[in-house]
Amino acid sequence: MRSFAPAEAFPETPTIAERTPHELSDLPSPRRALGAASRAAVALAPLLLSGCAVSYSTLEPVTDFGRAILDVYGAVLWVTIGIFVVVEALLLFALWRFRSRPDDPDVPEQVHGHTLVEIGWTLAPALILFLIAIPTVQTVFRTQAEPPGEDPLEIRVVGNQWWWKFEYLDLGFTTANEMHVPRGRTVRLTLTSDDVIHSFWVPRLGGKRDLNPGSENTLWFTADTTGVYEGHCAELCGTSHANMRLRVFVDEPDVFEAWAEEMASPAEPDSAGFQAFLASGCAACHAIDGTPAQGRMGPNLTRIGDRTTIAAAMLPNTPDEMAAWLRDPDSLKPGVLMPDLELSEERIDLLVRMMEDLR
Amino acid sequence: MSAEATTVDARTGESIYAGGWKSWLTTVDHKRIAVLYGATALIYFVVGGIQALVIRLQLAGPESTLVGADTYNQLFTMHGTTMVFLVLMPLAAAMFNYMIPLMIGARDVAFPRLNAFSFWTFLLGSILLNLSFFFGGAPDAGWFGYANLTSERYSPGMGIDYWMLSLQVLGVASIASAVNFTVTILNMRAPGMTMMRMPLFVWMSLVVQVLILLAFPAITVGLVFLMFDRFFGTHFYIPAAGGTPVLWQHLFWIFGHPEVYILILPSFGIVSDVLPTFSRKPLFGRPFVIFSGIAIGFLGFGVWSHHMFTTGLGPVADTAFAIGTMLIAIPTGVKIFNWIGTLWGGHIRFRTPLLFAVGMVAMFIIGGLSGIMHGSPPVDWQQHDSYFVVAHLHYVFFGGTVLGLFAGVYYWWPKVTGRMLDEGLGKIHFWTSLVGMNLTFFPMHFLGMDGMPRRVYTYAAGTGWADWNLVATIGAFVVGLGTLVFYVAAVKSLRSGEPAPGDPWDGATLEWTMSSPPPEYNFAETPEVHSARPYWLHKYGPTREASTHTMEEGTPPQPDEPPERIHLPSPSWWPLFTAFGFALAAGGALVGLAPVLLGVAILVTGVFLWAFQPLERPGGPVYGPSAASGD
Repeated sequence: MRSFAPAEAFPETPTIAERTPHELSDLPSPRRALGAASRAAVALAPLLLSGCAVSYSTLEPVTDFGRAILDVYGAVLWVTIGIFVVVEALLLFALWRFRSRPDDPDVPEQVHGHTLVEIGWTLAPALILFLIAIPTVQTVFRTQAEPPGEDPLEIRVVGNQWWWKFEYLDLGFTTANEMHVPRGRTVRLTLTSDDVIHSFWVPRLGGKRDLNPGSENTLWFTADTTGVYEGHCAELCGTSHANMRLRVFVDEPDVFEAWAEEMASPAEPDSAGFQAFLASGCAACHAIDGTPAQGRMGPNLTRIGDRTTIAAAMLPNTPDEMAAWLRDPDSLKPGVLMPDLELSEERIDLLVRMMEDLR
Repeated sequence: MSAEATTVDARTGESIYAGGWKSWLTTVDHKRIAVLYGATALIYFVVGGIQALVIRLQLAGPESTLVGADTYNQLFTMHGTTMVFLVLMPLAAAMFNYMIPLMIGARDVAFPRLNAFSFWTFLLGSILLNLSFFFGGAPDAGWFGYANLTSERYSPGMGIDYWMLSLQVLGVASIASAVNFTVTILNMRAPGMTMMRMPLFVWMSLVVQVLILLAFPAITVGLVFLMFDRFFGTHFYIPAAGGTPVLWQHLFWIFGHPEVYILILPSFGIVSDVLPTFSRKPLFGRPFVIFSGIAIGFLGFGVWSHHMFTTGLGPVADTAFAIGTMLIAIPTGVKIFNWIGTLWGGHIRFRTPLLFAVGMVAMFIIGGLSGIMHGSPPVDWQQHDSYFVVAHLHYVFFGGTVLGLFAGVYYWWPKVTGRMLDEGLGKIHFWTSLVGMNLTFFPMHFLGMDGMPRRVYTYAAGTGWADWNLVATIGAFVVGLGTLVFYVAAVKSLRSGEPAPGDPWDGATLEWTMSSPPPEYNFAETPEVHSARPYWLHKYGPTREASTHTMEEGTPPQPDEPPERIHLPSPSWWPLFTAFGFALAAGGALVGLAPVLLGVAILVTGVFLWAFQPLERPGGPVYGPSAASGD
């Protein structure tokens, strides 16, 4: 099946790449490319979040997993459309053809049934369903077997009310709500939850899978087209279920390597801002790697300045939005566990500037 | 029996529904209980409909602030719970109650007082559920209330308590009535009414009762576990203490999938009786339609995990449940083909019941086909918990169940009320419902394929979902308007409707052999049945096909006066009293131990007083010549 060909064989799809901020950069150094790309992404973020439409379409997959699903869907769709047209047409024809007329005889012929016809319309659907079952079962087994390739990128995805934790197990860092993966390399997600059941769904990457507390699920895919792909939690998980969103960045391998290298290096936050961070109690829940702030309850903020969004991909990561978020998180995200710390404007300003620079 | 027995004869012009409020509280007549069920369901239909309209208003545009996140979660939870348990099930129960005894030639159900108990328990359970809006907040974890979101820790409010307690109460009501109807259908058929001669509505009702009997215990176990987790600190669903939230999903869907058939099979039965009447032909392939209904019910127990393809059960479970799901499509297809076969060659009269029945078939096909799509696990991984599934389930529940039940409402309304419904208003109701539901639900397929998850109170402007959501909202109001037309037509009919004859549609089955509404005792004389279409054969004589093997005799219309004396069960307070004790025991758990104990005491007392009260007592309703002559 073409959907399981090696990633290199996938053709580039320029229509999708056009949307990606990363394409704006053609600088040779991955490091500089990353910086430019991030800034471009931040600049584009408000645009992506409002007005300018983002595709969530399950019909435009960018992974082997998504394409495998689309293949089955395509087969099933045409079969069902065929059945729909034939059966509804028969129904409408019968209604029109056999409508009662004034010159009808008193009673129509009293037909009770026809055994051969019954056998026919029992076997026909059975045969059609058998045809649907074949690609279904093949895909069920293939997409849940061990992933192809030697060395999948392992990411542990942990659901929380209402944000996502991404632990890059082999690379030794943790981030939140925005996942970066390299194009062409298989990514294996290990999915679990710290509280209630969530469901990981980035429609263009493929199907969803639940994050069950107390057990682990896996899901793998190989992305073939760079870009930014939006997703949602798909299992009702409490008040702000609708606000538990995420973004996945499919980067060129060298861009990804540079990003990962930077993520793994300790942050050096602005000292005044960091003092405000500690004094406000932020460190009780949030971590900034390389500093004493090691809270685990909330999203890791080590490279928060690199992210294009905040509050689980809900708001663009701009100083104004960040300040509004710190002022009253609950008004933006109902039920959020982050308290309103009643920070002074001065302190908010320090925190916003520090986080802007955490990149 | 006492000579002082009061006799009320329907022939004197006295309505069988006459009598003060006390007569309604103590009634054990299946017809009156049916009216109570139907009226309650139609009131909750308005409640659930208003909830749906608020939901649609909220989603009409992106980032709407009409209602907040918490209110929205309560609205869709209560919309689902209300429509499933307080509208579709009781509306079907109303028809089971009214029609089953009339269609099989019985004077009442097997256990008339248990029947009253079922209704009162249902009513009180439904009130308990809705009290949550006023005291403590409505449930907000969705109509299938997945653990561990429902645990004390993540749902500390009272909403989930209301939900789990009232669902247990409603479950008892359903199980009690399922026992009743099962026994009624198996034991109380008139002479000659063999199983294979039963009308399809009775057949599908029987399958539904068996499904209720087998499915409700599963959710009851699930709810009891949940109750223990929340009230007594157990850990059935708490992963931090070694419990498994996925256990709830299994228990819920072992109930929940048969529940889908509990909701749709009554409509299948109605359509299978309405189409022959209005095409003036027998049901095509009658035994195949019966056995495919049984097959659907049976297979319905083997497919629950198709609601759990994203839970991560692995490829073997996915395959098994996918194949089971596809198998169900076969008997369902057989039914649809036989319905078309019934219309084929008929003289189709486009009266309102037929329009709704045909609309049901046409819309259910869409719901069935989208169901085949996510019966395939890979497709489901994209469609699950998206708006595609919302579209699918509404094509099944609105297109299938609601249109089918309305076919029954229009078909049997003259029999129940003795008055005709306005045909013109009925047609407006049908066409607005059909257009409105397609405007509302068809775009949801696109929204789902375009990545919109369900149960979101808001969505961002850049998602591209706004246009179809607006269309869906407009459609919802069209449906609302059409439904309003039905209520207007109903009131108009009750006030000034044209009086209905006993057999307004030229029907084939026993309920049309009696006056509209029927006398309290139903059948003056026990009918003798020789055919699946007893009244048709009386009117039109044996059919050509039938005459090739045996001459089938018809069953004549009922005489005006019972030739012999008929004693009917006496009214009783104890079913209501007992149901009240039960509901108090459940609702009391929200407050403290004392009301629970009081409720249990009332329940136990009620059961004893009920058990030792004779079914027929002096002063009870007696009909017939000997009664009129003073014995």
